[in-house]
Amino acid sequence: MTGSGQKQPLSSRRRRENTQWRGLLYIAPAMLLVIVFFVVPVIFTGWMSLHNWPLMGTSRWIGISNYTRMFNDVRFMSALRFTAYYTVIVTIAIFAVAFPLAIFVEKQRRFVGAYRTVIFLPVVIGLATASLLWVWLANVDSGFIGPALKALGLVERSPNLLASFDSAFLTIIIMVVWKIAGFTMIILLTGLQAIPAELTEAARIDGAGRWQRFRHLTLPLMRRTIALALIISVTGSILAFDQFYIMTSGGPQNRMISVVYYIFNQSFVSFNLGYGAALSIALLVILVLISIVQLRLLRIGEERP
Amino acid sequence: MIASRTRRARKAFRGQIAYHGAGIAIALFFLAPLFITFLASFRHGTQARQPAIPPWPTDGFSLDSYRSLDTFGAGVWQHTVNSLAVSLATVVLTVVVSLLAGYGFSRYRFPLKNVLFVLIIATLMIPFQSILTPLFIILAKLGLSNSLIGLTLVYVTLQLPFSVFMMRNAFDAVPKEIEEAARIDGARDLRLLVCVLLPLVLPGVATVAIFAFLNAWNEFLAALVLLSSNEKYTLPVLMMAVRAGRLGAINWGAVQAGVAVMTIPCLIVFLLLQRYYMRGLMAGAVK
Repeated sequence: MTGSGQKQPLSSRRRRENTQWRGLLYIAPAMLLVIVFFVVPVIFTGWMSLHNWPLMGTSRWIGISNYTRMFNDVRFMSALRFTAYYTVIVTIAIFAVAFPLAIFVEKQRRFVGAYRTVIFLPVVIGLATASLLWVWLANVDSGFIGPALKALGLVERSPNLLASFDSAFLTIIIMVVWKIAGFTMIILLTGLQAIPAELTEAARIDGAGRWQRFRHLTLPLMRRTIALALIISVTGSILAFDQFYIMTSGGPQNRMISVVYYIFNQSFVSFNLGYGAALSIALLVILVLISIVQLRLLRIGEERP
Repeated sequence: MIASRTRRARKAFRGQIAYHGAGIAIALFFLAPLFITFLASFRHGTQARQPAIPPWPTDGFSLDSYRSLDTFGAGVWQHTVNSLAVSLATVVLTVVVSLLAGYGFSRYRFPLKNVLFVLIIATLMIPFQSILTPLFIILAKLGLSNSLIGLTLVYVTLQLPFSVFMMRNAFDAVPKEIEEAARIDGARDLRLLVCVLLPLVLPGVATVAIFAFLNAWNEFLAALVLLSSNEKYTLPVLMMAVRAGRLGAINWGAVQAGVAVMTIPCLIVFLLLQRYYMRGLMAGAVK
């Protein structure tokens, strides 16, 4: 921001004015890409959502019919419900793991850097790769988890983890926690390390116990960081697709169809492009609303530090 | 006095043991799935259908899994090359475009500057998953349907909000005096940018490049939708054919080999350039 608001000294102002337009030239490639591959598609999605738009043949204006259809679409509603359920559970699970981890790797001591790196490793591999890895691990006959449980004598027969809703859901939650917890941990770590050591020290001298310090000092001071980590986790989970597509193909009994998965099915399997666009707009509105809430949350953190 | 000191030392020692015991257990949980898969991918083809107990090769090291992975699609080399081409092109284009844009936003004043900057950043709020259909149609209109170039352009666009933001901050941190001095020495415009300023913003470039590479290499949904012919598939899309299996039987050896092929470049890039990766993450977290 320092470059924009400063007053130029009089001598160089003339030259600045001459070179102003050159700035547009520098940003032109970026603007072109954003307009062609983002702004136009967003507007186009809105336009398509008002049409009956098959893959081949001509599209037909149908007004808001796609939207009325959406509100009566039982399967879309169950996709919304499932996505909300998944988002809540996975976010709680990620925080329940990532917060203790952040505290665990906070202090500078021997090997702590190695622990941080190892915990973070799964973050850099793709979600699709992680899903493939875990679908093998969870396989009933040729996998690892089930056979290992059997070898340890914990179960009689290797369980088919992906066959029932609850165990498949649990497997996916564990996979996502394994993949994402390191990321959330690092975000929370930046917040933890931003707390001045003197404050914690002062609280300790005043006789505050470990839990009291955490509850009344650490948590309030980390409000902003927690809000940020929360938002990243929530928006990411609402857009979940890879894990359900790859690990369970939406099964068992099509109960694991997330919103993005349902849009994918409508648009690219059934080729109801117009209806898919209307669903996309609904998703977009949900995400933008969450972004607005995010900004609000972050601002609350600023007002009351 | 001495007794209490040894007691305290012993207590600290026990604390250390507990800490590192927990640390090793945690590290195992995060490492084990990757490790098990790498080991298992070197088992014999006949073992691929057996339970992975133990997960390492018991009757000799074998590349059977990689060979069977090679029988899918147009061969694993072709798809690795596709993935590499898309990822590297995304890196180069993202760096060039965000370098120029970052410089423009940092050093020039022009009408609508803040509006345009906010427009680029605001695309972060909108999930690209919701605009895939129009992207598909627009790419077709541009003659770029089912093309790796089209996919690359989409990936570059998705990287821009983060990258332009990073590069503008990097340029903001460079003192104006350096530029003025270079100008007096006769360096102008692109030459000034490339010869004088680029070395100064190189850490920012590294951060932008790593994120571009990893995101392009790992992306699945856009590639699945935008690529339609077999020989164009990137690795994650190829893996769907492996995952689906043949005649109802999935070759798990090929799955393990594929996971290894997709994972190793990410791990290498991350471990080599960890510092720049974390910098990008922190910048995102603080702002």
